[in-house]
Amino acid sequence: MSASAGSADLLIEGVGKRFGEVVALDHVSLQVAQGELLTILGPSGSGKTTLLKVVAGFETPDGGRVTVGGADITSLPPAKRDIGMVFQNYALFPHLSVAANVAFPLEMRNVAKPEIERRVGEALAMVELKGYEARLPRQLSGGQQQRVALARAIVFDPRLLLLDEPFGALDRKLRETMQLEVRRLQRRLGLTTIFITHDQEEALVLSDRIAVMNRGTIQQIATTTEIYERPANDFVADFVGESNIFHGTMSAPGTVTLDGGRALQVCSDKPAGTKVGVLMRPERFAGSGANAFTGEVIESVYLGTSFKLRLACEGGLELLVRQPARGALPAAGTKVTVGIDPESIHVF
Amino acid sequence: MSRTPGRRLLVVSCGLIYFFLMLPLLVVFPISLSSAPYMQFPPPGLSWQWYERYLDDPQWIDATWRSLYIGSATAVFALALGVPLAFSLVRGKFFGRILIDRLALAPVIVPTIILSVAVYGLFAKLKLIGTWYGLVIAHTILALPFVVLVIGAGLRDFDRSLEQAAEGLGASRWRTLARVTLPLLRPSLVSAGLLAFISSFDEVVVALFLAGANMTLPKKMFDNILMEIDPTIAAVSVMQILLVSIVLVLIGRFGRGLKDSAR
Repeated sequence: MSASAGSADLLIEGVGKRFGEVVALDHVSLQVAQGELLTILGPSGSGKTTLLKVVAGFETPDGGRVTVGGADITSLPPAKRDIGMVFQNYALFPHLSVAANVAFPLEMRNVAKPEIERRVGEALAMVELKGYEARLPRQLSGGQQQRVALARAIVFDPRLLLLDEPFGALDRKLRETMQLEVRRLQRRLGLTTIFITHDQEEALVLSDRIAVMNRGTIQQIATTTEIYERPANDFVADFVGESNIFHGTMSAPGTVTLDGGRALQVCSDKPAGTKVGVLMRPERFAGSGANAFTGEVIESVYLGTSFKLRLACEGGLELLVRQPARGALPAAGTKVTVGIDPESIHVF
Repeated sequence: MSRTPGRRLLVVSCGLIYFFLMLPLLVVFPISLSSAPYMQFPPPGLSWQWYERYLDDPQWIDATWRSLYIGSATAVFALALGVPLAFSLVRGKFFGRILIDRLALAPVIVPTIILSVAVYGLFAKLKLIGTWYGLVIAHTILALPFVVLVIGAGLRDFDRSLEQAAEGLGASRWRTLARVTLPLLRPSLVSAGLLAFISSFDEVVVALFLAGANMTLPKKMFDNILMEIDPTIAAVSVMQILLVSIVLVLIGRFGRGLKDSAR
């Protein structure tokens, strides 16, 4: 799903926000298509939460515009925005039952009683919490609380769904289940969704597209494969997945000379003399290839399905390599030769 | 639970402190049931006569009712003023906030006798001496710091993401206050209201100056001690102690302890 300008549902244009001397958002622009799930991925302090608050209406931007379906909502109070939000700590009302929590947004919209009952029932069925209506939030497990928060955020057919690191407090197994469930629900309802996380794995699992943020600016917006295979810069390459990043110069068409002197065959038509970055993903190395590296193992880890090796190669290069776990784990000090093909090297 | 010497010392010292605190009760309770016509300890025999005298005396009953409704009205007004004040002090950002924060506690810092004299001067001009509502006004001033402290502590611990959630789900500011903020503050509101009630119900200094002929229970007790000291006062004390104890139990059960405000 790509966001062409015509199908943009949420449009953020040149939004800026300062807190004193700190620039939290520096002219951020992005668009999200109808029904798309866009993840904003970044480390803490990157501005992603501030951006979410601007969309939700809890922060007023210093400049720029936010529009939903063509309507400008930049200065609308949160209550008038029709946005469903799942908070990091769920923010369930502790004094209200599960049913009353889910009914809350409908009551605020003065929906008739029987209609509220019907829709609360539907929403709870959707998150598989039928039979828990009378419970209080504190009587539920973390995963169940999360489902209630989700039901409450979608029960009133919001224009947008915002998810603020909702899986952080769950254990790994439950987190994976909930991720798939959220994805399924979001697709089924066709909800335009922004998902905030600092977990790159989570971002790859859930998203249609990912916007990587750092220091208040968007580093790259692209599909998940694009972000992983062809990152735009060092930050994105380093933040998403494991990576070997080197810098060098195009010395001839299809050849990069790294700063250490080593020449690499790559697939790039950048003109000679261009300063470039080179990314080699650890799992792209094989036993042999057009570019061969021989090095001494300085660290080796057994990961079940693969070996993770750190190699000290000639010319001072240090490589992180993943190999299928076959045979014995190479001990530290062993000489190992690996290779990588030009197509597997990303030049940026 | 090890029986170390340190622990034994702790138990003994706590026991002594409790004994010291309970001592007045150990004297008052038996005297209130005394069969003797005057204060005598230990009492020579048991009888309900002093309770009967209290219940049969319209002056005592009048004073009791007056104290009850003055205390209730004080609680209502102290909450009505103190809750918005606590909100503005905890959440507001305005010029002079720190100053008002300190001033709000002034009634517990200024000696009550000084306050009473000052209020007496003012109320004499306004013809409020001897009126029950005059006393309510004065008691409200005294109760305000308790309300501000308790509600302020409740607000400082309040999880504001709940209010954001409510607003995000379509609730206006007022509906957020009515449906989320105040219901969640209920334990603090209960504590603050009951504390305000007790502070008025037990209060004697201001009442001495302002009550005039309309006596509250503590003032009637004071006058009684001055004029005709008999064990009725012990019976009244016991009833007052029981009532305040009930209120304190209510605070413990439904309210938020004062200990929380120390945080």
